[in-house]
Amino acid sequence: MSVQLDSKIPAGAIDDKWTKYKSTVPLVNPANKRNIDIIVVGTGLAGASAAATCAELGYKVKAFCFQDSPRRAHSIAAQGGINAAKNYQNDGDSVYRLFYDTVKGGDYRSREANVHRLAEVSTNIIDQCVAQGVPFAREYGGMLSNRSFGGVQVQRTFYAAGQTGQQLLLGAYSALERQIGAGKVEMFTRHEMLDVVTVDGKARGIIAKNLITGELERHSAHAVLLCTGGYGNVFYLSTNAMGSNVTAAWKAHKRGAYMANPCFTQIHPTCIPVSGDHQSKLTLMSESLRNDGRIWVPAAKDDKRKANDIPEGERDYYLERRYPAFGNLVPRDVASRAAKERCDAGYGVGPSKMAVFLDYSAAFERYGKIEANKKNLHNASHDEIVALGKAVVKEKYGNLFDMYKQITGEDPYEVPMRIYPAVHYTMGGLWVDYNLMTTVPGLYALGEANFSDHGANRLGASALMQGLADGYFVAPYTLGSYLAGEIRTGAISVDTPEFEKAESEVQEKLTKLINIKGTQSPESFHKRLGKIMWNKCGMARNEKDLKDAITEIRALREEFWNDVRVLGDADEFNPELDKAGRVADFIELGELMCVDALDRNESCGGHFREEYQTPEGEALRDDENYMYVSAWEEIKTGEWKLNKEPLVYENIKIAQRSYK
Amino acid sequence: MSGNMNINLKVWRQKNRKAKGGFETYQVSEISEDMSFLEMFDVLNERLISEGTAPIAFDHDCREGICGMCSMYINGSPHGPLKGVTTCQLHMRSFKDGDTIVVEPWRADSFPIVKDLAVDRSAFDRVISAGGFVSVNTGNAQDGNSIPIPKDDADKAFAAAACIGCGACVAACKNASAMLFVSAKISQLALLPQGAPEREERALNMVAQMDAEGFGACTNTGACSAECPKEISLENIARMNREYLGAAATS
Ligand SMILES: Cc1cc2nc3c(=O)[nH]c(=O)nc-3n(C[C@H](O)[C@H](O)[C@H](O)COP(=O)(O)OP(=O)(O)OC[C@H]3O[C@@H](n4cnc5c(N)ncnc54)[C@H](O)[C@@H]3O)c2cc1C
Ligand code: SF4
Ligand code: FES
Repeated sequence: MSVQLDSKIPAGAIDDKWTKYKSTVPLVNPANKRNIDIIVVGTGLAGASAAATCAELGYKVKAFCFQDSPRRAHSIAAQGGINAAKNYQNDGDSVYRLFYDTVKGGDYRSREANVHRLAEVSTNIIDQCVAQGVPFAREYGGMLSNRSFGGVQVQRTFYAAGQTGQQLLLGAYSALERQIGAGKVEMFTRHEMLDVVTVDGKARGIIAKNLITGELERHSAHAVLLCTGGYGNVFYLSTNAMGSNVTAAWKAHKRGAYMANPCFTQIHPTCIPVSGDHQSKLTLMSESLRNDGRIWVPAAKDDKRKANDIPEGERDYYLERRYPAFGNLVPRDVASRAAKERCDAGYGVGPSKMAVFLDYSAAFERYGKIEANKKNLHNASHDEIVALGKAVVKEKYGNLFDMYKQITGEDPYEVPMRIYPAVHYTMGGLWVDYNLMTTVPGLYALGEANFSDHGANRLGASALMQGLADGYFVAPYTLGSYLAGEIRTGAISVDTPEFEKAESEVQEKLTKLINIKGTQSPESFHKRLGKIMWNKCGMARNEKDLKDAITEIRALREEFWNDVRVLGDADEFNPELDKAGRVADFIELGELMCVDALDRNESCGGHFREEYQTPEGEALRDDENYMYVSAWEEIKTGEWKLNKEPLVYENIKIAQRSYK
Repeated sequence: MSGNMNINLKVWRQKNRKAKGGFETYQVSEISEDMSFLEMFDVLNERLISEGTAPIAFDHDCREGICGMCSMYINGSPHGPLKGVTTCQLHMRSFKDGDTIVVEPWRADSFPIVKDLAVDRSAFDRVISAGGFVSVNTGNAQDGNSIPIPKDDADKAFAAAACIGCGACVAACKNASAMLFVSAKISQLALLPQGAPEREERALNMVAQMDAEGFGACTNTGACSAECPKEISLENIARMNREYLGAAATS
């Protein structure tokens, strides 16, 4: 039997909920705030903004990250931009439209009230960042510039060249450093949280490892905020930073926090394909490239000719063929599956045959002709036109073309790029209520670490928005409703049996990892896990594969705990030991992802079950039976109970997505 | 797909901050020219593990040239021979079969060694916390479009803000000066109206912290900018000097 989860959605009309909530939420007065400790784990967009804002409000904050500086969190790598319903372009954007696009883009598997709040605070985020000195792109008139992204019909994306994440994170980092300088945040870099400590069912602190000395530390607080990012690296190869991991969220899960929709993974269609076994990560080629590029594979199987030698009539522009209305601009999940379908059928290109072409030659000609006309060159030769067109493309996408060349050694101005889908983002995460609190009282999850806003598929430029919304504008308010009840608690001692026990359990696990002294590196286990996940719980899933995957992952877990080789000691800087711990958690998570994917007998967003598709091969949702959030509760390692949060749509009419 | 390059690597090994370090030589074979420099280290580390030797510690995270974590001093230059790229973006096709490559950590008193090739750059964070911000609390902001900013200023501020805080400028400088890094942040905020109210205080406080961290003096050699993976311009140092002198004159 499953428990009904209380999402604590405030009553009232959708556009009043948040306003009303804010004016009625209990407050903690300034004198009391000084006596309340908050731990923020993670200093990406969500964590840095939350830590800075909580300190500004007067709370005592401790912040943790595993990198050598808070400025290096994975958020730094975000390229494209951040959405906000500013309607600066006067193109009909509104809070409602952003809300609607996000719920629809998520294939009707997200919670209305949270998404609406996200859309409401989106505008404040831009103002705050501008005030901090974030150098967003501007028009000649000095106003902020916008561009458009997939899945929407307005221009609402703010950006700073291809480095939006960097600039937003540096803004949040500077706010955080200001509070560190003022002595209001104590920062612990090169520290990894290895457990949540609960006392009488409430989160009361963490156990963290100083990664330089290997020492375990106890830190107590009245509330713990996990802002620890996504878990895409469970697939080994992804566009995430090398260090991104699930450990913090997983430890919380093992202490009673439910994991929601863990199988919802976003696979981005345009990434540089795998070139060999040595490959450690994958690189994204921005979604914007699909605006001008055409995607194709040879019409004949196993065509060995070079791309430029294959005549027009022998090419299959499969997206244009299958989706004439949207063509190359179908949403991410659809484009990814179509590429996989062609490659699996034997039409892939490149040395691995697991790639498709992204071709700019038509764009060169199109832009070249326009340029020639502008320049009054009516007799321009074909070569001249192409050269003019290349110059235009360079202006628009030069940095991406250079990056492609740097990585592959091929010149995309001369030969079509080869691309393939890659794991990019995880919509699933720790289950949270409207307050962003997990099922453990006092334990919160913000940013990519929670499951809240993107349903089964995230729209481009919405993750940055969500991380900063959670950290600057949501959690600092919602924390009050819990902390108002904590003003009499007083300082929390770490010299208690609960902290003692948690620390010794962490210690035992580390010692165990070092003492196995097996034969295989943590890296090799991670690679094997990644292969299982990618092949059986990746872009397409089916019952048999998922069942096999669960068996294989269980066997892998056994093997890991008997044969992993971790060199070096526990009391020194030892990245191998840290890696081993993370891989161990990924293995457990991988199993749960398969369990979740197996339970969800429908296709929606990024979750495609081959058994559930339309005759044309499109995703087939089952709203009658699966319009709920799956929130998994761990019973013991490898055994879970499913709890359901039904999803209710009162403000949006649900429909089937079609891009034909 | 393994390749056919053989490389002779000389790598600095040092167990911790206090231990004495020294070079170790490793032959790495079957390197593909498509591998990144760090992937070559991955291959070597996997081999060291299988041989029962502790792998080489080095910092890295994004492997896309943006987080600023990777930091190898390769054949006498920070981030290696290619201009405008970080260590993680360097590929083996920039080297030849049979090459000897010497790899060291950043060398600067203000960046103590943590282990092998990893160093402690927390001095940079402390310089930022001394003044590299606009003092605006969450919720204070006015509408984003209420202050128009000339595109040219916004673009220049962005170019300065592109600094990734990697520390290559310090490693490249014979005096281990942090001027390029500090000036990039001071410039970004000096170029924008938002930074104006705290302009003078910011320059004074950041420079004072930079000195307190023990970074050396700037003698205008320009090695920093030449080696900077983000090609941060020397103009920023000139702007910072103006900001600082202006502030010092009025304080
Ligand atoms: C290549 C790429 C491009 C992207 N582009 C865009 C884009 O254009 N627009 C958009 O909206 N989104 C984009 N995204 C998604 C977006 O960048 C992320 O979802 C978002 O930045 C996540 O932010 P976060 O604060 O939740 O977590 P992160 O930035 O991942 O930060 C996690 C933090 O937690 C810390 N941490 C983790 N575990 C522990 C632990 N156990 N102990 C201590 N600290 C820990 C880390 O040190 C880090 O500080 C992109 C993603 C990728 C991979
Ligand atoms: S100025 Fe250049 S070299 Fe120095 S820290 Fe910034 S990016 Fe690195
Ligand atoms: S690893 Fe991030 S810049 Fe090199």
